[in-house]
Amino acid sequence: MNLAPRVLVLAGGLSHERDVSLRSGRRVAEALRDGGCTVMERDVDAGLLGLLSGGTVDVVWPLLHGASGEDGAIRDVLELLEVPYVGSTPAACRAAWDKPVAGSVARAAGLGVPDSVALPHGTFRELGAQAVLAAITEQLGLPLVVKPARGGSALGVSVVRVAEELPRAMVECFAYGDVALVQRYVAGVEVAVSVVETDGGPVALPPVEIVPDGGFYGYDARYVAGATEFFCPARLTADAAAAVAEVALTAHRAFGLRHLSRTDLVVDEAGRPWFLEVNVAPGMTETSLLPQAVEAMGEDPANLYRALVERATQDRAVPA
Amino acid sequence: MPDDDGTGTTPHPQGGRRASAPGSRLDRWVDAYAQRTRGMTASEIRALFAVASRPEVVSLAGGMPFLSALPLDVVGEALARLVATRGTVALQYGSGQGDPELRGKIIDVMAPQQVAAHPDDIVVTTGSQQAIDLVTRIFVDPGDVVLAEAPSYVGALGVFRAYQADVVHVPLDDDGLVPEALEAALAQLAAQGRRVKFLYTVPNHHNPAGVTLSAERRPRIVEIARRHGVLVMEDDPYGLLGFEGDPLPSLYSHDPESVIYLGSFSKTFAPGFRVGWAVAPHAVREKLVLASEAAILCPSAFSQLAVATYLEDHDWKHQVGVFRELYRERATATLEALSDLLPSARWTTPRGGFYVWLTLPDGLDAKAMLPRAVTERVAYVPGTAFYADGQGRQSLRLSYCYPTSERIREGIRRLATVVEAETELLATFGPESRLRTAGTADPRVASPGPDLT
Repeated sequence: MNLAPRVLVLAGGLSHERDVSLRSGRRVAEALRDGGCTVMERDVDAGLLGLLSGGTVDVVWPLLHGASGEDGAIRDVLELLEVPYVGSTPAACRAAWDKPVAGSVARAAGLGVPDSVALPHGTFRELGAQAVLAAITEQLGLPLVVKPARGGSALGVSVVRVAEELPRAMVECFAYGDVALVQRYVAGVEVAVSVVETDGGPVALPPVEIVPDGGFYGYDARYVAGATEFFCPARLTADAAAAVAEVALTAHRAFGLRHLSRTDLVVDEAGRPWFLEVNVAPGMTETSLLPQAVEAMGEDPANLYRALVERATQDRAVPA
Repeated sequence: MPDDDGTGTTPHPQGGRRASAPGSRLDRWVDAYAQRTRGMTASEIRALFAVASRPEVVSLAGGMPFLSALPLDVVGEALARLVATRGTVALQYGSGQGDPELRGKIIDVMAPQQVAAHPDDIVVTTGSQQAIDLVTRIFVDPGDVVLAEAPSYVGALGVFRAYQADVVHVPLDDDGLVPEALEAALAQLAAQGRRVKFLYTVPNHHNPAGVTLSAERRPRIVEIARRHGVLVMEDDPYGLLGFEGDPLPSLYSHDPESVIYLGSFSKTFAPGFRVGWAVAPHAVREKLVLASEAAILCPSAFSQLAVATYLEDHDWKHQVGVFRELYRERATATLEALSDLLPSARWTTPRGGFYVWLTLPDGLDAKAMLPRAVTERVAYVPGTAFYADGQGRQSLRLSYCYPTSERIREGIRRLATVVEAETELLATFGPESRLRTAGTADPRVASPGPDLT
């Protein structure tokens, strides 16, 4: 592409992660401008379709986090309008976005996934919370991680170390959504591996190791600079580093993801990687993991983001 | 979790680990910040307010005055004239104490509260918020005690935290700050040998509690403070916005030597000018002026002359009346909707100002249920934001100043849905699901920014 691509960065939305999305959007928009693109930043609203139909946008980069951004809905609309966009197709998003579904897909692809149950609030009401929680702790043991089945940025997520804390964790989780995923907690090195596709097949970026103050990579630890120590590349042996890269590439392919993704995982004490989740709209803020991996490679984010935009333009002809 | 040695240079022989260079904290100055920045981080609660700016959301969270009620064309013409005719003054540096012409007019504005002062007693500030900052700056050393109502204005608590004051809350009820509780708190602090520097109070149409200090209690509060040698900071941004006639006499009127009175044009005119003021005893005023010069040199000359022009040329009292009627209608809509739709809660009945303080049914936690409220497209500020010590979980603040009455009712209908769902969740998981480390203060900022609707 010789002419500067005209990119519409979509950020904001109505989810709990609106603030993160706006930050991601600003950051990507700035980098794309540095990379020579013409960039518009825009929220999702009633004027959007008119704008997209006007022929003034070459590529959309959806940076919406949370529902409608990551569940594929917005991308379905972009497909309808035949507007090229950066990132995965709606079907792939739907599978990745729903954590219980994602766990099944990852397991079927041969990845190690910690055991879990996904239960709606109604199940606890009908069967009695105490009995259900007792069954969960008996089956999965402690500690446990409780998280909303859908959603990101660790909102509503708790690590439960004693059974008495489980009811509170459930209630906090259900404040964010109707279904909770309760998962066996895997102790180990917390790692995120980003995957990008520019001019060839998917490539894994260096793994980023996450060491949050206080041990839990919650919302503050993610977005307050200074609250977490990051190591990139992660302090892993060559074998373990290769293994986590392979997990991320396997996940990227198994879910049918496109252009960019980020897989979050844990390497346990035996060196075994465990898949936790894969993100179709990874955070792109000042403190996010994918940009850190890009910078650790010595790559200019402006070049990489522009390359992703150009790749998305070329992928226009590829059926969803 | 992996052991973290802080440097990342220690080899980890097991678990697929190897040694590497030190990690990054993404902020090279992370070890350099002053102690007072502790708590200057936004919590996820603050991030949730981002959705409140979307039109789908009924925001009962912000405190923005309803400026559409202003005659913007008239104001616009006056501002153009001001720059054209007096631009070399309006756009120049001004006096650190503030423009004398404006200070003269402020005397008239304070007459209903019976603040009988002279223009020279006044220091003009960048909003009354800066006056709170200056008073705290000249009086509070780290560890000094500041008394504040329970609950108290979140913006003042932020100032007190920045100066490392130790905030002690004193209960209020439907008649405002409770004198007996103030007496008891002062006696207890005296017994502990603690130095109390001042009492911060919002006597009229309290933010966030929505209550007004009764006439009977006013002299008692001043007397108790004087007897204990404690200064009173009387913050009165809402005094002229009472629904039932003239405001009560200020605390200042009971003892001008013991009270610093703070006023503001943010609610009676417009917050965009950022013009407020402090009325203080002579010696205090001298220090406030020097402290203000050290901070900002002088308040905006343009804003001050704009306000002075508005007061001179416009029937500002009529305009305050327009605001008052607008807010009265919205307060009524709020109270009616609460009675109809949320009878399981308790709330205060404001007689002016912007706010209703609502207490949820037992066991519910306003902070924990905010994400659900966001999902239901309604926003409020959880009660914990208005305490320095972790209280307030069961309460929340509703602002009725910005949305229309119809939107307020819809917002409260949504809030009732949220309360119902949380009640059901509590019934399912039992009271232990609300087990918390009670009274633990969370120093992170959990209130919305000033530009929230």
